[in-house]
Amino acid sequence: MNLSRTARIVLWGFMGFGLSFIYVPLMLVVINSFNKNKSFNWPPTGFTTMWWTKAASNSGVKDAILLSVLTASLATIIALILGSLAAAAIARYNFFGRDVISLMFVLPIALPGIVTGIALNNVFTNFFGGLTFFTIIIGHATFCVVVVFNNVAARYRRMGATFEEASMDLGANRLTTFRLVTFPMIRNALVAGALLSFGLSFDEIIVTTFTAGAGQTTLPIWIFQNLFRPNQAPIVNVVAAALIVVSIIPIYLSQRLTQERK
Amino acid sequence: MSSQGSVIISLRGLAKSFGAVRAVDGVDLDIYQGEFLTLLGPSGSGKTTVLRMIAGFEAPDAGTIQLNGADITHLPAYERDVNTVFQDYALFPHMDVISNIEYGLRVKGIGKNERREQAMVALQQVRLEGYESRKPNQLSGGQRQRVALARALVNRPAVLLLDEPLGALDLKLREQMQIELKELQRQVGITFIFVTHDQEEALTMSDRVAVFDRGKIQQLDKPSAIYERPANSFVAGFVGISNLISGEAGQKLLGKPGTWLVRPEKIEIDAQVPGGRSTTGVIREVEYLGPATRFLVDLEGGISLMALRQNTSESANTVASMRNSTVKVSWSIDSEFHVEN
Repeated sequence: MNLSRTARIVLWGFMGFGLSFIYVPLMLVVINSFNKNKSFNWPPTGFTTMWWTKAASNSGVKDAILLSVLTASLATIIALILGSLAAAAIARYNFFGRDVISLMFVLPIALPGIVTGIALNNVFTNFFGGLTFFTIIIGHATFCVVVVFNNVAARYRRMGATFEEASMDLGANRLTTFRLVTFPMIRNALVAGALLSFGLSFDEIIVTTFTAGAGQTTLPIWIFQNLFRPNQAPIVNVVAAALIVVSIIPIYLSQRLTQERK
Repeated sequence: MSSQGSVIISLRGLAKSFGAVRAVDGVDLDIYQGEFLTLLGPSGSGKTTVLRMIAGFEAPDAGTIQLNGADITHLPAYERDVNTVFQDYALFPHMDVISNIEYGLRVKGIGKNERREQAMVALQQVRLEGYESRKPNQLSGGQRQRVALARALVNRPAVLLLDEPLGALDLKLREQMQIELKELQRQVGITFIFVTHDQEEALTMSDRVAVFDRGKIQQLDKPSAIYERPANSFVAGFVGISNLISGEAGQKLLGKPGTWLVRPEKIEIDAQVPGGRSTTGVIREVEYLGPATRFLVDLEGGISLMALRQNTSESANTVASMRNSTVKVSWSIDSEFHVEN
């Protein structure tokens, strides 16, 4: 497409404006994690790695990260199993109420986290003897399942039923067909769903607030609790900076996976 | 190959509905060992559903399917000794060509060396040596078609089912594949059940043709019989171009009631068939087709006929100048066939 010189300048300007809104604050976080000045006044008064050292030896941070990784992993595993089974059933079998069930599966993602949180909180405290580590996982699984389900269901729809029919036509039973044909073809959708699910769970704060047992502090909750404590603020900054760097990895991976398909 | 051999597939009272639509409505059919049988019909006529029921992808609501005398109506697809070539080929995109061809042998537990050997033979049979490590998306439509054939034939099935396998190819390639497919079928001697909506394809390739409409077989016969003696007006209209003469004007012209079929190539323009019908008409349209010319002639009483004449001597200019002229139209009474409605 041919654009006039002015149009090009304007469009580049808009793009720069949009991108800087996203990335300048992130850069600020990273820079501030090396800022000598504890109150983060601009410009930085000096360079220090002190906050990184302090953060590394902070047991609160380490426990919170561990809990968040564990929660996100378990929620993702549950989501992978339930989400892909549901997607397979809805894509491949015609049964009464299929469309309704499909909708009911997706609905929780649209539900405000606070509603999910209150609802689960009521159930857990009234019928399951209170909140624990496992109640967080169940809470997170409610929206993680949706993410996996959506990804896998879309892949099932796009690939159609003929490949599975061809496999069975050639003498493979259902299990062999899944192992040799279906699974390799939906694998990327599973990985993409898992990455997204892990990411969603890892930074979830609202549902977690309502479902976490006493002393169960996930990383987002820990950050939230410590953000406004003057002593801890520099450490929060370091954690944020570290997360920015770490989160580039899954995004890069999922980008590569989706590009391979083309 | 004639249809004298033993029955390999036998369908009895086969029926299948999708919701309120009766896709297949009571089909009885005996298919003989080694024959090339085509299921011909418009889309929605039930031909593909019949094929899918033989393959085991759809369960019939009623009726039975026998393969070599054994009832396979309720067997899953993977326990039936039939293989399918799919319309869109359905080659596994994550496997290379040779792994695709080996697949059937692999899941049957045949050793790596042996199945590789057999797959290579099948690959040669479809003349694709050297393509074994290509992925399906690196092949042309015609090549994919051949891989799909090899993948099915390597299992030496009792019957090969082909679901409009040439539909996705362009005309030239399709004609070439028609010949290759027929040759291949003679070579391997396997029964082919071929589904198509292309009547020309059906006529050129088949030993017998079953014409489908609204879930029923309208006629089952040799291609020549289907063309020359259509059983009813549907078959007459679907297979080839037909002139159907009926009604009051028809009775006046032919001197007999009912619907009568005359094929375009039987009608002479500007000439008299000895002892045949003789009438006059006005040429409304002339289509120059290369080897032949097609005329649309209006007769008295509102009857229009299509006539086909070989271009043995005329040039395109001569035939084009015949438009709007009044000509003699003639055909032999023997070429009139009575057609049931």
